[in-house]
Amino acid sequence: MTTPLLSLRGVSKSYGQVHANTAVDLDVAPNAIHAILGENGAGKSTLMKLIYGVESPDEGEIFWQGEKRRIASPSEARKLGIGMVFQHFSLFETLTVVENVSLVVPGTKKELTDKIIQFGEEFGLKVDPLSHVHSLSVGERQRVEIIRCLMADPKLLILDEPTSVLPPQSVELLFETLRRLAERGVSILFISHKLEEIRSICTHATILRSGHVTGNVSPRDFDTHELAKMMIGRDMPETIPAKPMPRGLKQLELANLTHIMEDPFAVSLHDVSLQVREGEILGIAGVSGNGQSELAELISGETVLPPSEGERIVMMGQDVSTLNAAARRKLGFAFVPEDRLGQGAVPELSLTKNSLLTAHSKGLIKRGMVNLSKATRFTNECIEAYDVRTPGPEAEAGALSGGNLQKFIVGREIMLEPKLLFVNQPTWGVDIGASAAIRKRLIELRNQGCAILVISEEIEELFELSDHIQVLNQGRLSPRFKTSEIQPEDIGRHMISSAEDVA
Amino acid sequence: MGLALSKLPRLVRRERASMPMMLIAPFAALGLAVLTNLVLYGMLGKNPLIVLHAMLIEPFLSMYSFSEVLLKASPLLLIAQGLAIGFRAKVFNIGAEGQFVLGAIFASAIPVWYPNITGVWVWPLMLLLGALGGLCWASITAFWRVRLNANEILVSLMLSFVAIQVLNYLLLGPWKDPMGFNFPQSVMFPLDAMVPTLIPGTRVNVSLLLALALSVVAWFFVQRSFAGYKLEVGGLAPRAARYAGFSQSKAIWISLLIGGFAAGLAGAAEVAGPVGQLQRSISTGYGYAAIIVAYLGGLHPIGIVLSSFLMATLYIGGDNAMVTAGLPIAAVHVFQGSLLLAYLILATFVRNRLEWPTPHGEQGA
Repeated sequence: MTTPLLSLRGVSKSYGQVHANTAVDLDVAPNAIHAILGENGAGKSTLMKLIYGVESPDEGEIFWQGEKRRIASPSEARKLGIGMVFQHFSLFETLTVVENVSLVVPGTKKELTDKIIQFGEEFGLKVDPLSHVHSLSVGERQRVEIIRCLMADPKLLILDEPTSVLPPQSVELLFETLRRLAERGVSILFISHKLEEIRSICTHATILRSGHVTGNVSPRDFDTHELAKMMIGRDMPETIPAKPMPRGLKQLELANLTHIMEDPFAVSLHDVSLQVREGEILGIAGVSGNGQSELAELISGETVLPPSEGERIVMMGQDVSTLNAAARRKLGFAFVPEDRLGQGAVPELSLTKNSLLTAHSKGLIKRGMVNLSKATRFTNECIEAYDVRTPGPEAEAGALSGGNLQKFIVGREIMLEPKLLFVNQPTWGVDIGASAAIRKRLIELRNQGCAILVISEEIEELFELSDHIQVLNQGRLSPRFKTSEIQPEDIGRHMISSAEDVA
Repeated sequence: MGLALSKLPRLVRRERASMPMMLIAPFAALGLAVLTNLVLYGMLGKNPLIVLHAMLIEPFLSMYSFSEVLLKASPLLLIAQGLAIGFRAKVFNIGAEGQFVLGAIFASAIPVWYPNITGVWVWPLMLLLGALGGLCWASITAFWRVRLNANEILVSLMLSFVAIQVLNYLLLGPWKDPMGFNFPQSVMFPLDAMVPTLIPGTRVNVSLLLALALSVVAWFFVQRSFAGYKLEVGGLAPRAARYAGFSQSKAIWISLLIGGFAAGLAGAAEVAGPVGQLQRSISTGYGYAAIIVAYLGGLHPIGIVLSSFLMATLYIGGDNAMVTAGLPIAAVHVFQGSLLLAYLILATFVRNRLEWPTPHGEQGA
């Protein structure tokens, strides 16, 4: 066996009481596309920070090309030949591509421009060096980040959840690039929790579960179910089928809604039409930042339409355009927002007090006073029925993990017995076990006749949940597709505006 | 450029503030303020121990001076309870002083216009009128905050100065006592326009009971009522309040109206109590001191009861110290200020801890 490019032996890192990584061993071979697979909070990011020199390990050793090294800072990591593309890009939007590159790479503009074009052809990283970053799609921006790393001629490239922001077509292009890079001798560390992707591109996978390595496998030898089991340490909850439902009443309707935002950085909505009926789940696909938060605000009632704009949002047969969130809830509307802390829940308050936020209508208030025993009972029911892992109803919401808090909020909203439920990013940042549980609940609720609207960035999720899918792109909503009659690639085509990403 | 800054420690919020620490903080703040001020008194050439004795011990040595503490405590308690409700909702009403003055003016209208009025209902009506006066004054701030998003700190504070000019105008003009040798003060109030005394031989009156009763009401409002809960959510997480559909304008209105009501009531009780007429000096900074009282009490109704008595002790003790130790009045204000400062610093560390930057953590993502 050849010497690994990078080896970790017994690496541990703790933050106070939290053991983010415990005795992690890792070997990355030259030319490998190596996946680090794990749920949110399994310690993937911490491990990458240790390799990239952002943090230093409490214990353990790091070997680079067989030599023991202490990587004390990102600049040292770069000197060794380690590059990293973060999930959130660090590009200046008002500068051109080549200007952004020249900020970190020495050389004249002419040389850099040539090099960008050369990389583009060599690795399938096509991007115009002279265009401004703000005019680029997410996929193109990611290419700029990768090019910037490649300029330093790295031997190892770390990509943190690179596909989470990309439409399917761009994902294929990225994979093609990664394969070519691996052929030319660049090893790739690929962080992800998406099993299908890992099986399709990676040659090795190291699986992390709560900071420990639980598997070192060749991902193609296992099916996704087995990989998931290694990742979460138990079997996945079974999915329940969506049963055929009779055509029910329209519980939500938007007809040609146009809403122009004053804020230049917000996305204006144009001509948006959708309807959700009883016993139906409508999924809204799209890369985030295409009007999802604006649409969510309008539907939830956090933003109220001015009276002059007339009848545009109809819920349960009533015009609710000018009603605030509380008034819409009275009609039987419930909402799970995108942000759990600070929007869906108040971090400093107990779970019981967080139940009151929306469940006050369930008889928890009597003559203006809070009925504490009833509120506690409601909270206990929610904790039990939705498997929220917490010491009890008195725990502060901020102390719960993301997945548990999401289960609590979804549970709270479902317990309101809504006629119309709107869920924005149901499983964003939620571990795979909790995600499956949440999706199961949503389908159960649909089977009971509730109308459900789901906004999600994850196409697989929408295909699992929805009866129909529409795509939001630059503030415009596509026509409605029946999920059973369409492929993820078709949805992907609608997710990207012009041909730039399909190319 | 950021190099020097990155070497400094950062404040990091604790996962959980410890309850004992929260309870100890006000007392530790008192200790810290006492120590600092003793040094200052020493530098002024006074004997620190004599000053300390005068300030913190003497008020409890005679029935009379203790009754004066109770007398001072009731307006502080009233105003602070009202303000704390707003502060918890992050509505910063700094203008209780003006609302207090307007309360005094409104209450005085009855005895000024009807100097010979009699009836047991007179003083209760005056208190009610005073409370309404404070409420009206605060509503100006609420209106502009809701309408134009005008900062309530500035508006309410500025309105306090306006209120004092209104008082001056009335006392130098239409409401001046015709028999008062041209002094800027109103007529002396008739007996029925005075709040009854509680303990014979002292100036302690029914307003103390009123303040304590309203403290209980405040406790229920904050801890048990749905309206209080909505205000709390609005203060802690405005986006969660929007998500739930709790109206922010309503929160601003309620906070300011409660604060104005309580301050106005305190103002009315002051003119109809120890003062007995409308004067230019009806307030000795109660409206501002109550801000300190509210924070020192942890914005909690029970804490505020304790902190208002502490602040009242300092008022009386400060007077003593001026007499016995020849301390300037500014020293008393310095003590109040350093007490608040010490508490705010300690409270910050109860909620947060310091984190020193790791030697190579600066260059991260």
